[in-house]
Amino acid sequence: MPATSATTTGPKTSRPVRKQAAPRARNGPRGGRKREFTTRRGLLIAAFMAPAAIFVAVFTYYPMIAGSQMAFRHWDLNDLTDTSWVGLDNFHRVFSDPNWGTVLGNTGAWVIGSIVPQLVIGFALALWLRRRFRFRGVYQALIFFPWAISGFLIGILFRWMFNSEFGVVNDLLQKAGLIDEPVAWLADPHKAMIAVLIANIWYGVTFFTIMILAALQSVPDELYEAAALDGAGKARTLFQITIPYIRVTLVLTVLLRVIWIFNFPDLIFGMTGGGPNNQTHIVTTWMIKITQQGDYGKASALGLLVVAGLLLFTVFFLLATREKREVRS
Amino acid sequence: MIGKETTAGRAVRVVFLGLWLAFTVFPLYWITITSLKAPGDIFSFPLAYWPEHFSLENYSELFNKADFGTYLTNSLIVATVAGAVATAISMLSAYVLARFEFRTKSALLTAALVTQMIPAFIALGPLYLLMTDLKLVDNRLGLILVYIAVCIPFCTVMLRGFFENIPDALEEAAMIDGLSRFAALFRVLLPVMRPGIVAAFIFNFVNCWNELFLSVTLMNSDANKTTPTALNGFISSFNIDWGSMSAAAVFTILPTMVLFAFASRHIVQGLTSGAVKG
Repeated sequence: MPATSATTTGPKTSRPVRKQAAPRARNGPRGGRKREFTTRRGLLIAAFMAPAAIFVAVFTYYPMIAGSQMAFRHWDLNDLTDTSWVGLDNFHRVFSDPNWGTVLGNTGAWVIGSIVPQLVIGFALALWLRRRFRFRGVYQALIFFPWAISGFLIGILFRWMFNSEFGVVNDLLQKAGLIDEPVAWLADPHKAMIAVLIANIWYGVTFFTIMILAALQSVPDELYEAAALDGAGKARTLFQITIPYIRVTLVLTVLLRVIWIFNFPDLIFGMTGGGPNNQTHIVTTWMIKITQQGDYGKASALGLLVVAGLLLFTVFFLLATREKREVRS
Repeated sequence: MIGKETTAGRAVRVVFLGLWLAFTVFPLYWITITSLKAPGDIFSFPLAYWPEHFSLENYSELFNKADFGTYLTNSLIVATVAGAVATAISMLSAYVLARFEFRTKSALLTAALVTQMIPAFIALGPLYLLMTDLKLVDNRLGLILVYIAVCIPFCTVMLRGFFENIPDALEEAAMIDGLSRFAALFRVLLPVMRPGIVAAFIFNFVNCWNELFLSVTLMNSDANKTTPTALNGFISSFNIDWGSMSAAAVFTILPTMVLFAFASRHIVQGLTSGAVKG
């Protein structure tokens, strides 16, 4: 909350009574008296910010903060008689859980296996979409559609397509002669992870395409003309002109998407539910499962680990991709 | 732009763009076709890519067997109210953040950014306890309040980007002409921003319409369930009724696709201007 609203009355100085009452101050850029103006300004800022601040504080920040102290207590919905302080026991239960190693490995595979293809395909599509063609607007609207669908439903769509008996994926692969008999995609942990990644690539490429295309359109034509005059080929132009020019967008987009994909349990939840046998859980789907079992202490400990991990990653990523400060003349 | 395109280059481009489009559209085609097959035809070989007989049986089944009309109504009410209120609230905060300089501004923006990094479902347990204390569990109003809070941060950032694209001179001229700041905002500025505001509302609506974990946690009675919660109920058993499931999926996807078709240009604009400037 802005602190400016606290001081609503200025110091009372004795002033001669003015002959004329000022007209109701028009609060224009230069309207009203100085002090009144700043006070009203503070009130306006406070009043306009208040609803948003209150909602976010009560329903987002309060549960998060309340949750962080749960991580150090015994907090089980099935046994509410004892909510005593247990120190780091919840964290210990996370680390010693037999699923922990699998979950960590899956999370890494999920993030990297999604981001890299999304970036590469998204970049390629953006390059191809730079050129105007007749139905470009329609095309962009069509490839934008996956975005309108919830991650959970995308999981369901692909769960049906990867169905081992009646799935269209097996049918197409058999028609193409790539497999002899149906593959039980979602019954095998490794194949299930591949299937989940394919679904996420289907979903996430568009975001990269949109961001990169917008950045590409800001590259000045003179740079390309100069490169052409110097006889630079396509690849050289791409790596020496285009990529350096849109670097900041690339870095920020990758950072945002890594955080977002890390925090995206919906698709896996709908597609495999973390199965078979808990083998396709990522940190967030596992956390939701633990929450649903009522073990709030353990879930909160995991939540804190997620927050700490994301903060570390963000700092590290921004340092690693920091541009060497050059003096541009 | 980049020189002339060679014939080979053009062929490569057309082929790849075509392949990606096919890959994008196919899952949507497939779920729609599945929903329009007679229940028996869904599980018969060879798989039909274009069914011989279309049937609406899955749809009638869905509305008779499951209380799907109720779920749709709940989703519609919750997403409309939460989306509209969140848009209105975000408009106020975005306006202040775009037009004023004040001490706590960067702190507030950081607080908004943090909520995007740490999603709401991370605190599902504590949120459930809070809503229990407020007597708002299994209550549409409770879900609406939570959704408003979830929508506000990103919506504020997006609308702030739209406000910043409009020059200050517009309001200043109106204020010099004697309009108050409020009148300038509501009568001059907001009409100019209408497309952006509609896009922000649609974005919020779609997010609330699609949200799963908060609604699964907070809504447990049949009368209050939203569609994603109901769909989740279809798969909690080992047997998924793919006929009803596909019909329900089509019903859930269609409205959002129609809305996005209207707003995608502005949403893209909001993303690329608001998010990059951050």
